[in-house]
Order: sequence, then C-alpha cells, then structure tokens
Amino acid sequence: MAGEAKKVVLDPLFDNNPIALQVLGICSALAVTTKLSTALIMCVALTAVTACSNASISMIRNHVPTNIRIIVQMTIIASLVIVVDQVLKAYAFQTSKELSVFVGLIITNCIVLGRAEAFAMKNPVGPSFLDGIGNGLGYSVILIAVGTIRELFGSGTILGYVIMPLQSNGGWYVPNGMMLLPPSAFFIIGLLIWGLRTWKTAQMEKPEYQIHQVHRTEVM
Amino acid sequence: MLKKLLALKNDSTQKTLLVAIFLCLVCSIIVSAAAVGLKPIQEKNKTADIKKNILDVAGLLQENTDIDAEFKNIEPRIVDIETGNFSDDVDVQVYNQRKAAKDPVLSQSLTADEDIAKIKRRANYATVYFVKEQEQTRLIILPVHGYGLWSTMYGFIALEPDANTIFSLKFYEHGETPGLGGEIDNPTWRDIWQGKKIFNDTNEFKLEVVRGKTDPSSADLPYQIDGLAGATLTSKGVSNLMQYWLGINGFGPFLNKLQKENS
Repeated sequence: MAGEAKKVVLDPLFDNNPIALQVLGICSALAVTTKLSTALIMCVALTAVTACSNASISMIRNHVPTNIRIIVQMTIIASLVIVVDQVLKAYAFQTSKELSVFVGLIITNCIVLGRAEAFAMKNPVGPSFLDGIGNGLGYSVILIAVGTIRELFGSGTILGYVIMPLQSNGGWYVPNGMMLLPPSAFFIIGLLIWGLRTWKTAQMEKPEYQIHQVHRTEVM
Repeated sequence: MLKKLLALKNDSTQKTLLVAIFLCLVCSIIVSAAAVGLKPIQEKNKTADIKKNILDVAGLLQENTDIDAEFKNIEPRIVDIETGNFSDDVDVQVYNQRKAAKDPVLSQSLTADEDIAKIKRRANYATVYFVKEQEQTRLIILPVHGYGLWSTMYGFIALEPDANTIFSLKFYEHGETPGLGGEIDNPTWRDIWQGKKIFNDTNEFKLEVVRGKTDPSSADLPYQIDGLAGATLTSKGVSNLMQYWLGINGFGPFLNKLQKENS
C-alpha cells in the first residue's frame, strides 16, 4: 500500500507530469510565473484545490448520477476555489492582488477537472487525495522552474533577492524584457518538455505522419 | 430514511434532484461561511493597504512602521473638485472615490476634450490628505489616476505646502508591462519627481514627462521628468493624468486656493 501511495504522489512529478506530458493547465503557467513568489502561492492554491476536490468527489463518487457528474464536480471545485480566494485575500493580501483573477481561474484549470473525472470518480478517498497532491506537485515543479528562470533573467532577482544587479539600478545586468512577457513561458515550457522527453524517452509521441522513402526502380 | 434515499438508483430523477440540491446546499454554506467569516480581516487589509501607500508617498514608511499610529498625523479631508472648497457633504470616513466615480449621482462624465487622462467619469468629491507636523501642514497628498498603455494607473502625489513643488509620487495599482511601463514603481525614477514644479511663475501648467532624457540646458528643466525607456505610452499616460488632475478640471481650483492662502 505504501508503495502504491508513493507511486500515486511521485508519478505526476516527472513520469506523468500534468503540464509536460498531458499539456494541461498551460494558461495559468504563462500568467503567474513572472515572479517566483506568485508562482509559489499559485502552486499551493492549486495543490490544495486539487487535493480537496479529489477527496470530496471521491467521497460521494458512488452516489453521483452520471448525467450531472460534470456539474457536480464543477460545483465542488468552484466552491473550493472561492474559499481559497477568500483565504488568500485575508492572509496573503499583497500576493492575492498580484494573482488577481488567476486564483478564480483555477476553476477552469484542466488539471483539477481532469483528475476529478479520471481518478477521483473511480478510486477511494485516500488515494484520490494523494493523487490530487501529486498532480498539484507536478504542476508546481514546472511552475517553479519557469518562475525561477523568468524572474532571474527578467528582473535579476530570485524571490525578490537581488542575484544580478540591474543596470538601471547601477548594476551590470541588462534584463531580458521578453522574460517578463507571457510568450517567454511558452518557450521555457517547450524547452522543459523537450528536455524531459529526451531524458524519459517513453514519453516521446509517435509522429502522426511519416515521410516514406520512395524506392524508384525505373532508371531516369 | 437516509438509507432508502442512498439506495435509490443513481440515475433516477429523484436521486439526481436530491444530489443536486444537497450538494448546492453544502457548497453554498461553505462558501458563505468563508466569505462572511473572513470579511473583517479582508476589510482591515484593504484599509491598511491604502494607509500604507499614503504613508509611503509621504515618506513616512519604514520597515517596521506602526501604520495606525503613524497615520494619526495625517488628516483626511473631502474636497469638492469643481469649486476647490472643502466639503462636508459626504462622510470622509466612508467615502470611496472609486465607487463614486461609477455612480451617476456622485460623478460627472467628461467630454472628449476634457478627458485627457482617459478616465471617462470623474467623482464630484475627492479625499485629500494633509500630513501634519506640529499643527503645520507638511505635505498635501492628492489621489490621481489615468490610463497608461494597458491599464488604469492609480496613485497618490504628495505636494509641498506651497501647492506647487512635488515631494513624491507613488502608483499603488496598475497593470503596465513589468520591466518597462512597470518601472513607474522604480524608486530611482520616483526620486526624479522630488522638487519638480507644477506651475511656472505666471501660474501656467508646465509639468511634463518628456520622451527620453531631459535636456539639462533647457529652461523647462524644473518642470520636466525623464520618460521611461521602452515605455513611451506609459510615460505619456503619466504625463496626461498629471495634466488632468493638476489642471483646471482636476485639483486646479483647489491648488489655486491653497497657493493664494500661502501668499
């Protein structure tokens, strides 16, 4: 059982990463990663929501009518997201101001609904909760990586501590403005996926089309 | 009873309705409990945040400042923007200028000519803050806002008692590009504002954020501020909102009165 639980939590980190392999939840990964601190809060919020929604959906899984199951899942997820948003506004006011609508948009994050539908509807409460944590952590790994790279090269800091003093403040580093704009996260996530699939070759997809060699027999 | 209900077939109409109603009830209780229970803390955060920004623009904010204690030296007053007179028509403790700007009774719409800051509507009253030091006014803090490149920028500007010299400027809410327009938060750039004048000797509005660097030999240097590199439109937005809020349709009449009182 312990081995099973460990697998449920650790699998989504690299082997079955929600962002890198399933390519879910990309939108918020672009929006909240300009600074590592906002990315971290977002990770905690998403992990909490996924874990709790998985647990509560799993709790009632045997009594959910099939034709309204998506609505039931969304209602639970939406309620949890509102609670998280309210808690952030009360206890992490500055960060919640920076995250603005993106906390609310956790509702539409495909990872949460995806795990509810794919895992929590079929498994007991304990493993579902752990699966939520695992997938939240998988999301976090990518967000933290992207957030670190973007903050370091975009503002020369990590978590607000100056690593490379900016030229505009009398230092030497000329920041890469591109890193502060959303498209840079696309490039970084793309490179991360490339790296991950080179490391774990099982994740490589088969090409949908293949150019076949045409063997010409006739002599030109 | 409960057993019987749970034993119903999952896809029967009864059970579908039951599950839906029960779920909505539980969820709404949780959501409202969180919203109501956390409201006092959230309100406290909001007012503390505004106070913090006012103290910041007044140069009174240090690492461990007691915000409420320090705020005792700051006196909020309501000003009727059109006449420039103090007013008691609205309660200074509860008045919210941003809400009022959306209320047709408490605000007026601006014509295209007037609306240089692109704010569409302007509240009739504004809350200004007087920073006192031994009963003497040390600074006057005015709320300003206007459109930049992507977003409306909200801030405070602090003036010396002569109502002409700028002490400091601080935007507390904006959505400009980080690293470019977002540099309106940069302390180095904010420091340039200190000591700049708004009006010239003949009381003409002169303050301007120029494009690029200011020319040190220019006669207008006391009124000019370096533009932000790579953020021409944000700089222009700041320039425009200053022109609006410190001009005749903004706090112009109020500033005129203060200047007359001084001279």
